[in-house]
Amino acid sequence: MKPLNRVVASIPPSGIRRFFELASNRADVISLGIGEPDFVTPWRVREAAIYSIEKGYTTYTANAGTRELRNLIAEHYRERYGASYDPDSQIVVTSGVSEALDIALRALVEPGDEIIVFEPCYVSYGPCVTMAGGTPVMVPTASSDGFIVDPDRVRRHVTSRTKAMLICSPGNPTGAVQPPDVVEALAEIAIQNDLYILADDIYAQLVYGVRHSSFAELEAVADRTVILNGLSKSMAMTGWRVGFVCAPEPVAALMLKIHQYTALCAPHTSQMAAAEALRNGEGETRRMVAAYDVRRRYLVSALNDAGLPCALPDGAFYVFPSVAPTGLSSEVFAERLLTEAGVAVVPGSVFGPSGEGHVRCSYAAPFPVLEQAVERIRQFTGLIGSDRQPSQTKQDPRVAARQGEQAYAV
Amino acid sequence: MRHDELPEDSGSSGSSQQGSCHGASSSTILTTDVHRTFSMQPILDILESDARTSPAQIAERLGMSESDVRTAIAEWERTGVIRRYKAIIDRDAIGDDRVVAYIDVSVTPERGAGFDEVASRIARFREVRSVVLVSGGHDLRVVVEGESIRAVSSFVSERLATLDRVTATNTHFELKRYKDDGVMLFDREDDHRLAVTP
Repeated sequence: MKPLNRVVASIPPSGIRRFFELASNRADVISLGIGEPDFVTPWRVREAAIYSIEKGYTTYTANAGTRELRNLIAEHYRERYGASYDPDSQIVVTSGVSEALDIALRALVEPGDEIIVFEPCYVSYGPCVTMAGGTPVMVPTASSDGFIVDPDRVRRHVTSRTKAMLICSPGNPTGAVQPPDVVEALAEIAIQNDLYILADDIYAQLVYGVRHSSFAELEAVADRTVILNGLSKSMAMTGWRVGFVCAPEPVAALMLKIHQYTALCAPHTSQMAAAEALRNGEGETRRMVAAYDVRRRYLVSALNDAGLPCALPDGAFYVFPSVAPTGLSSEVFAERLLTEAGVAVVPGSVFGPSGEGHVRCSYAAPFPVLEQAVERIRQFTGLIGSDRQPSQTKQDPRVAARQGEQAYAV
Repeated sequence: MRHDELPEDSGSSGSSQQGSCHGASSSTILTTDVHRTFSMQPILDILESDARTSPAQIAERLGMSESDVRTAIAEWERTGVIRRYKAIIDRDAIGDDRVVAYIDVSVTPERGAGFDEVASRIARFREVRSVVLVSGGHDLRVVVEGESIRAVSSFVSERLATLDRVTATNTHFELKRYKDDGVMLFDREDDHRLAVTP
């Protein structure tokens, strides 16, 4: 038989896949490996979707999405970031950010183009660039910098073939929120080198005590910034598959062309639900963020206590502790933790080489689950790391957890 | 009687003082240390959603010391900010045929005391679970609980309706309870997420 597509065939399967299978084969697993909210979509949003089905909104919509939803998206970005996007020509509603990322890359990339990707990062970035015909150029971020991007390092990776940079803040798997000065420095690099900016804002609303700086705020790069966002994380709507893109008109036009030939439109029901979420969901998001915040502090403190050094990230719902003190690689640690202690986490190495030595723990889990997981992790690290000094690990974590603490100051 | 029972292991210390705190000024803690009360608010949030969370657990979740949590709780119990720890029970599930009625009560307010005097008279009956002053066509909304429809009816007609300032009552018997105090009594939502996702 003739060969299948070599580009696709050469892409390795996601490292998460193996852990999913390992975890699924065990009955008593407590999972901190889930990259989606533990909350169910707020009822008012579900109710709006049910109503829309009852009323017969079951058709195709305009390719770019319903007018109402595009207006609400434009309003959201205007209110939150002072950005102005024309709902007619600059906004496309997609089937989740995944589709938005895919069509953005396909609209931008020509064979041989390089796309700068900051790792550790979401597992799809590299493969999506490759499948679009480009070359991902992985720029590492360091644990010692709190996984904040170093603009100088970025400059060293820019070549004449660089077309764009792809950045996610707050980030998966680290929870790192890129500060305003870094966002501005990257924008400057983009201008100097004529690069597009692909900004994955999906975790934008999940920040704790800091403000999210979006590239959408920077007028100077408005003509080269493609914002990718959706409601999966902020409104617990992962399964609805509804996202959107805000982009300069020429980019949006090309994306829309790909979208109309391949996806046609995002699911109508999901668009109706998304509209309700944007219209009336802010309080729901605030409630979820408050819950994540308490869990975040708890988990960071508890992991430090268990001998896994862990910074307090400012966003998303992940913490990214180091497993270095155990002497194990992140892959071995995660596998042993799963098989010996029944706790699923994701090895940092699946998110890129700089993730090695860390594991991703999600706190999108209710407190009793977190507490049980922590208990098991404590026992596990206690068994394999008996040469640690327990007196020291008793003190430090609280200090670490309290840095930047405001609302719950004692 | 069950109102006076604490859930086992409720994690509260010093709960023996409850019941003696009627009228104690619940604002005491606010005036003594506003900032402290504000920062302790998350403890109340946790207790309100699950009163059995132990002070040790709360302390760990919030990054506080256990003794601070115990002190705050004891203070709230003393001043009446925390009134009681109770369970939310689905009585239908155990075939309990106790009867609950919601009674709209119209009253003539009293010069000088407004509605307080008559509301307090009503509230003192053991059969009465709650009394609130409401806006709209009636004045007080009273929740009454009894062993049978007959018992509740006779309480309303003999004790409530005959009170001096009560001018009218309108009784609604509870038929089925779907949600109680923020808790759904049917249709639990399970976790449908996969074990590990990107």
